[in-house]
Amino acid sequence: MVTTARLPPPGIEGLDPAWSRLVTAVDADAVERTWHVLDSEVTEGTGRGDEVARGGTVLCVHGNPTWSYAFREVLAAPPAGWRVVAVDHLDMGYSERTGTHRPLARRIDDLGRLTAALGLSGPVVLLAHDWGGPIALGWALAHRDQVAGVVLTNTAVHQPEDAPAPSLIRSARLPAMLETVTVRTPAFLRGATALSRPSLPAAVRDAYAAPYASAERRAAIGGFVRDIPLEPDHPSAAVLDHLAGRLGELAGVPVLLLWGPKDPVFSDRYLHDLEARLPQADVHRVEGASHLTPEDADLAGALHRWIPARVPMGPDALPSPGRRTGAPETDTAPLAAGEAATAPADGQRTPLWAALAEPHRADTDAIVEPPAPGDELRRPRRWTFGELAGDVHALAAGLHAHGVQPGDRVACMVPPGRELAVLLYACWRLGAVVVVADAGLGPKGLSRALRSAAPQHLVGIPRALAAAAALRWPGRRIGAGEVPAALRRSASVEVTLDQLIERGYRLIDHGPGPLATHEPDDALPPPPAADAEAAIAFTSGSTGPAKGVVYRHRQLEAQRDALRRAYAIGDDDRLVAAFAPFALYGPALGITSMVPDMDVTAPATLTAAALADAVAATEATLVFASPAALTNVARTAEELRGDQRTALAGVRTLMSAGAPVPAALLRRLAAVVPSAAAHTPYGMTECLPVADIDLTTIEAVGPGNGVCVGRTIPGVEVAISPLDANGAATGALVREPGVTGEVCVAAPHVKDRYDRLAITELTSSRDPGWHRSGDVGPLDANGRLWIEGRLAHLISTAAGPVTPVGIEQRVEAIEHVAMAAAVGVGPIGTQQVVVVVATDPAPGSRQLAPLTLVDRVRSAVPEVDIAAVLVVPKLPVDIRHQSKIDRARLGREAAELLAGRGLGRRRRRPEASVADDNADPNHGDGGGS
Amino acid sequence: MKVLVTGASGLLGRDTAVALASRGDEVTVLQRRPSGLAGTQAGAGPPIREVLGDIADAEVVRSAVTGQDGIVHLAARVGVVGTEEEFRHANIDGTLQVVSAARARHVPRLVHVSTPSVAHAGEPLVGAAADQADTVHTIGHYARTKARAEQLALHAADALGVVAIRPHLVWGPGDTQLVGRIVARARAGRLALIDDGAALIDTTYVDNAVDALVAALDHAEDDAVRGRAFVISNGQPRTVAELLARICRAAGLPAPHRRVPLGVAHAGGAAAERLWARLGRTDDPPMTSFLAEQLATAHWFDQREVRAALHWEPRVGLEEGFERLAAWFAAGADA
Repeated sequence: MVTTARLPPPGIEGLDPAWSRLVTAVDADAVERTWHVLDSEVTEGTGRGDEVARGGTVLCVHGNPTWSYAFREVLAAPPAGWRVVAVDHLDMGYSERTGTHRPLARRIDDLGRLTAALGLSGPVVLLAHDWGGPIALGWALAHRDQVAGVVLTNTAVHQPEDAPAPSLIRSARLPAMLETVTVRTPAFLRGATALSRPSLPAAVRDAYAAPYASAERRAAIGGFVRDIPLEPDHPSAAVLDHLAGRLGELAGVPVLLLWGPKDPVFSDRYLHDLEARLPQADVHRVEGASHLTPEDADLAGALHRWIPARVPMGPDALPSPGRRTGAPETDTAPLAAGEAATAPADGQRTPLWAALAEPHRADTDAIVEPPAPGDELRRPRRWTFGELAGDVHALAAGLHAHGVQPGDRVACMVPPGRELAVLLYACWRLGAVVVVADAGLGPKGLSRALRSAAPQHLVGIPRALAAAAALRWPGRRIGAGEVPAALRRSASVEVTLDQLIERGYRLIDHGPGPLATHEPDDALPPPPAADAEAAIAFTSGSTGPAKGVVYRHRQLEAQRDALRRAYAIGDDDRLVAAFAPFALYGPALGITSMVPDMDVTAPATLTAAALADAVAATEATLVFASPAALTNVARTAEELRGDQRTALAGVRTLMSAGAPVPAALLRRLAAVVPSAAAHTPYGMTECLPVADIDLTTIEAVGPGNGVCVGRTIPGVEVAISPLDANGAATGALVREPGVTGEVCVAAPHVKDRYDRLAITELTSSRDPGWHRSGDVGPLDANGRLWIEGRLAHLISTAAGPVTPVGIEQRVEAIEHVAMAAAVGVGPIGTQQVVVVVATDPAPGSRQLAPLTLVDRVRSAVPEVDIAAVLVVPKLPVDIRHQSKIDRARLGREAAELLAGRGLGRRRRRPEASVADDNADPNHGDGGGS
Repeated sequence: MKVLVTGASGLLGRDTAVALASRGDEVTVLQRRPSGLAGTQAGAGPPIREVLGDIADAEVVRSAVTGQDGIVHLAARVGVVGTEEEFRHANIDGTLQVVSAARARHVPRLVHVSTPSVAHAGEPLVGAAADQADTVHTIGHYARTKARAEQLALHAADALGVVAIRPHLVWGPGDTQLVGRIVARARAGRLALIDDGAALIDTTYVDNAVDALVAALDHAEDDAVRGRAFVISNGQPRTVAELLARICRAAGLPAPHRRVPLGVAHAGGAAAERLWARLGRTDDPPMTSFLAEQLATAHWFDQREVRAALHWEPRVGLEEGFERLAAWFAAGADA
């Protein structure tokens, strides 16, 4: 039955009636059909459809069972210079009901005829969701000269062979179910919007359903489901296969894959399939988003970031096939990241594993571990560099024989010590990419991190393997340590590290021996290039989902060298590290290293005695620990024996990092390690170290409006991006003292990029060569950097942005205040400052502070108008450092309390942010040293 | 400048008239009862002239308006007690007379003093802008009639420099509305917090409100001002608990400790309104449902635009305001 196209009825939530228009085009059967499209450039009195957009057109192609409505936010805010056109497929939305079945090939053809009728002859960026993906890609291959970019979100072009089709789709496709679920009832239609996370307002769900009010109007919903080629002889299977096979023709086209990982239909598996077919793609996973990404993620915001960065504008800017596009453009001459940001050429590099095999240290201890639990003689266990080098070589060969390829990702869920060192350096020599996720992220955080990184292999100790099986972490499993047989079966453990080392030794055929770095090696592929990817680390996740951070070999090598330079580390040094990242660098630095007897995932378990024993076992000169660990060391220092104190007196440098270190703690530690200079490196997961300060300097500079983190270490440059009136770091980079803004860092050891967070990456590296840290502060006249808080924690008042740390420091000096946080409530630009304090003694529950405390807080911070002071039993802090306050959460709680309650309040639905510049607490993850 | 101030018997009207006179303006005041300002000589200007009469009386208003360069229209019926007709008379008819007289006599500037409640239906206002006056969803005769009055006044912006100023909770020494009631109830031991008193609320120290009205008069014909409605406040919201405690402290009284849940206060307020209506009492009941909700929900406003448009900034911060209030109580001026 044919029903003509019509305009949507008025009053659809969020849909501007001015966008709607009906367009007539001849279809593949030479029949005139009428389409409903949304068009951002339809204005009264213009020749509709004749005009060619000045810049180009974003062509939005919806899936099943949605309609162009899904793209309303893109229409409401088109990327600058772009027209946005969103179509309703024939028989879908408000387009004509043709009464015909329109399989994939026909729909691709239909779309081409429509764009011809629309006169879209300029550059086109396709934006497609779900079934819109194959249709849009079909259009792109047919209009290769016009395609300026492709944005795909939760779609697929191929059913991976090793996995069944999504069960939701298979059940909907059952002949008995199909008509009932998709056409006769609105079950499929309503189910699609029910998938959205967080759940959609009723008005939006109704809007999605509005064009599909009857079984007749829903016929094509069933048609789309019927067209899913689950069987190889399905008529559309060949079309889809052909299309999937031709995606290489889009090699020169910028592609963004924007993904909702909670999608029960198009899981990450389909993302990985598309990534393999479109290797040039930028990938951004929107944590928390489900299938209906146009609702769950901020598509419009992502386009605002991505299109200007990747899609060149203008009629001559169409990419030629094979050319990589998109140098970001800047209006003003950028502050050049100088020599610091350039790494040495490939020829001069020293690979990470090189120091292991140098003959002069073959008999020197490389790794020392605390005594084995059953050892009554309490003898530390020791491995020489020679032994370590042999094991590394063997494991690299064993891993390779097991199927680990250069470029594969290997999750390393092994605590610091000899086994982890062997694994890391073996992976690096082999060219595999280590994924290092901290148990401090918790099971949920680890699951998210590992799903995002998607390692091909997972190496874990029994506890990690059990979690991997229970939480279905990705990767073929390799056991570390002793893995009980039952667990090997239940967690599908294929092999253990010990077995692989043994196998490797057989392959390299000369027993324990030096790691051959420069000689040809039958058992191993050539060493990875300096530019090969080496590691993925994760941010602490204290203010949002942890972000994966990708490092290349040259960047890790530069980090090793930066540490060596900053702390004058030589062959005579020995390192005790209670802080995971640094424990790993001992072998690369060619020095003996040891992790003291502690649970590294819980730094506060480090006792003074355990630290002293490790220092004694290694005659350590360097100690590295987090503030939480050092706090406990200071607390337990009284238990030290005389010989332990003597051992600690040999330490020359004490380094404390990961979170702000109170000077008072450093002073207390001076009694424990009397000869040591107390240093505090400042940095972040994305670049460490950036700067350094010692206790003497901390005391000399005195208090300020934040934490002084010192001067940059050699090879690192810092510049400031000044804040605008609303607290956004929009200013061009400057180095003038006294200007407060976002701290930007250039160094050869800055991260390569965020992993599968392309939009976040564009934000963080929008000044080429510079990493935006997300920390805020000024440089002082002596070139020292001060950190006044996180960009995401700025309080945006009518009088301008206010940074929290200085306020907190002064409030924490008030008697009975244990910890303080300054947060903003209210809209950006007119926020009020609220101070939340944990008092000692603690109150029973969150409440307004008594007037006397309010008065004291206000007089401690006279220059800021403080609207309210709240007292709480405890401030929420991060798991890893126990010191980064979750100000975002405190701000929400304060806002809720101080809003009072009406008798009928409405709540707004949050949306996962992908492109928010500065309000997003997930960007960067530094935090004071 | 020759200025008519209507409703000068209240705190804000009186202080505004005096402020205008002190800077040399020729001030006429119009209200039903003597303001005590007649013949007052403040500063350089001539003595204040007083006209007594009903603000809804066309003849009275027309004669008072004649020859003026500007009008600050404050006259209104406030509170919760009274029939709809009584509120309509003072607030809608009164404003209509002022606006038509201003049109007829070509008075170039009119500052219509409104109230934030004209756009408020009970939801929390957090850093809010001044929404359009709403005669449908607002609660109570006062807010509804004031909403209509504001619409009438702003409608005249085609011919006059009209601006509506909505001062939020004006207080200061001599204020009988807010400070007077709180202190009276505290003295009687009947002051309680609704819920935990944590809602943030904007207030306006009276001198700042006066400055804002004078600034509005001076800038009423500016493009950024004409035809607009602005909420004004100190821009320093505080919790209800702190505001009550500070007012009590200024009066030498202990802060309230009793708490009443919102639901109870709301129901009690509604009951009191019914009772007062049945008894025909003309004073305000101790609690109303509207007041209960007002005291339990945040109300504070974005002040950036109004400050820029009026070229005005509050001169007296809350802290200084409370000190002045305490000094006033200490001097026994409220007795």
